[in-house]
Amino acid sequence: MTTKMKVEEKRLQKTKISGASMLVEALKAEKVEVIFGYPGGAVLPIYDKLYDSGVFHVLTRHEQGAIHAAEGYARISGKPGVVIATSGPGATNIVTGLTDALIDSIPLVVFTGQVATHVIGSDAFQEADVVGITMPITKHNYQVRDINELPRIIKEAFHIATTGRPGPVLIDIPKDITTLEAEFDYEQEVKLPGYQPTIRPNHLQIRKLVEAVSQAKKPVILAGAGVLHANAADELKQYAEQQNIPVVHTLLGLGGFPADHPLFLGMAGMHGTYTANMALYECDLLINIGARFDDRVTGNLKYFAPKATVAHIDIDPAEIGKNVPTQIPVVGDAKEALKELIHQEGKPGDTAAWHEQLRKWKQEYPLMYKNDANTIKPQKLIELIYELTGGEAIVTTDVGQHQMWTAQYYKFTKPHRWVTSGGLGTMGFGLPAAIGAQLAEPKATVVSIVGDAGFQMTLQELSVIHELNLPIKIVIVNNQSLGMVRQWQEIFYEKRYSHSLIPNQPDFVKLAEAYKIKGFRAKNEEEAVRVLKEAFSTNEPVLLDFHVTADENVYPMVAPGKGLHEMVGVKL
Amino acid sequence: MKRIITMTVNNRPGVLNRITGLFTKRHYNIESITVGHTETEGVSRMTFVVNVEDERIAEQITKQLNKQIDVLKVTDITDQAIVARELALIKVAVSPAMRNEVYTLIEPFRASIVDVSRESLVVQVTGESDKVEALIDLLRPYGIKEIARTGTTAFTRGSQKSAAANKTAFII
Repeated sequence: MTTKMKVEEKRLQKTKISGASMLVEALKAEKVEVIFGYPGGAVLPIYDKLYDSGVFHVLTRHEQGAIHAAEGYARISGKPGVVIATSGPGATNIVTGLTDALIDSIPLVVFTGQVATHVIGSDAFQEADVVGITMPITKHNYQVRDINELPRIIKEAFHIATTGRPGPVLIDIPKDITTLEAEFDYEQEVKLPGYQPTIRPNHLQIRKLVEAVSQAKKPVILAGAGVLHANAADELKQYAEQQNIPVVHTLLGLGGFPADHPLFLGMAGMHGTYTANMALYECDLLINIGARFDDRVTGNLKYFAPKATVAHIDIDPAEIGKNVPTQIPVVGDAKEALKELIHQEGKPGDTAAWHEQLRKWKQEYPLMYKNDANTIKPQKLIELIYELTGGEAIVTTDVGQHQMWTAQYYKFTKPHRWVTSGGLGTMGFGLPAAIGAQLAEPKATVVSIVGDAGFQMTLQELSVIHELNLPIKIVIVNNQSLGMVRQWQEIFYEKRYSHSLIPNQPDFVKLAEAYKIKGFRAKNEEEAVRVLKEAFSTNEPVLLDFHVTADENVYPMVAPGKGLHEMVGVKL
Repeated sequence: MKRIITMTVNNRPGVLNRITGLFTKRHYNIESITVGHTETEGVSRMTFVVNVEDERIAEQITKQLNKQIDVLKVTDITDQAIVARELALIKVAVSPAMRNEVYTLIEPFRASIVDVSRESLVVQVTGESDKVEALIDLLRPYGIKEIARTGTTAFTRGSQKSAAANKTAFII
């Protein structure tokens, strides 16, 4: 902190300031670069202070857009995303985003307005029990009942959101609190005896793991987003290379390990590669680093890593042993644990035959699809985007088929380039998330790959993209259907396509134009190449509507209830 | 299997809601809860009796509770040497002629009569849940009109038999 700022803080401590001013000063003290929000009655005093505060506020067109943008910002910048919403409907509109952020461990600090203290509980205009509603979907939440507590609460919120396993923290502020005045002391220490995350791993557990690696003949690392949250991509690479252990990723972990590395086996799980899934099935030592053994990764638990000793490194002790019995639990930060493992310089076991087996699987069962240049195959579309961006773009998606194809065919070689809704599977996530991602890295190429259905859940944020002239390339993988729902109905419900086909989608190019954004359409591969090249050559936002083969399915696939070794669609 | 979990929590608005909400969210069944102040100002003690399928779920419960910011300490004390007590008030339909019989009946339980009326009397009993159950069973034939039970509250005894017998829920 500079001397000037310290002097400023001292001055603020002596004079009393309003709750709204405290919020603004706290944002400055936390060095918050951007906040996302939407004003309303209960937050008017806060918005009045923001008016000439110099804090950069992005007015999204829906609170859901604000919170997903904050998630995208947080995922790329590593800093907490900050959101402001008003009471009642403003607050209930962010429920989806909070749940999404909790399950995917995204640090957010969310401020909601609340009706004045004396009318709380009287069913006042725009009153909702936001603390009650958001209790199970936040890492922690507060309602401010005394203006003197506000500085402590904001400080704790930033601390809780960003440390340990990151997550969303919500502060509900009654309107009268924002106008009451008190001294602002933001230099106080955070005292939370009930919250002491374990960062450094236990030495004995690390030794056990080193010993297990030296005995293992078929080891594999399953790396999740914990590696990214801990900024441990370099350490992961170093460790995997030192011990010559192959790596598979979860959906959210992509980019933690370079996709072009010889030790990389691909993504695991429901739509993972054959090699990654078979490696998890056949391994004798599974080292989970920062993944939570989600059911989309494990398939039927009865057949998950049945022959393996399981080691699990996680900063959240509750994740260890939750779904998969674990013999070597390591509670701690992924970076600290990996550093310690590298430092131990254990001797790898004899894994030559294992690597030979993996090489054969990779060769025999790569990801595959049948191309047809007269149409646009969605897989081909992702490959084209990958090639044109040199694999360097920040990519955001919604949920569904386009998300899986992107995860499969966009080969992430660097960390923090991939923003997707994993645990919650939120449609409408990709577009606003791209706004936050672009603001986190204004110079980066940001591609938002979305489906024609999910896009329509948050498309109003095109306004923001135009307003801020964010050069996001919006790629609509348009199959005129809820693709993944359609796929499941085809496979599991005898092709009874109940409410999943939407042949009458609007003209997305005209829609883009209405929002003053350039729009292109392509219906075959040649057109696709041409419009993509044009889009990536401009520094403006562009919307691209790709009419892809509508009945294409995502393969390989592990059907629900099946084991990872029971994949279908591994060969054409 | 039944587990007894005690914990200390910050005495803040909504804490009980957080804890019971967590049980609902994770599908854990609460048999009883007791809450009260402790010797430290601002800190409350909660004692839960929960019914779980296996050890793994018992461990998950303590871990999930520990994640709550307002939870200071969680201990599964089921396998430790503990003092566990519950209080029950039992209103029994007893005519004046039968009173003496009931007095004799409750004596070995060290229970007491805390209210008497023409048609009924109220028995107060404290002890472990099994003892309370046993007394209720004995009183049932007379006709129980109402029962109010506090649920179990518990903590560990001053000296434990041996440290090895204690189960460590966490390996950190």
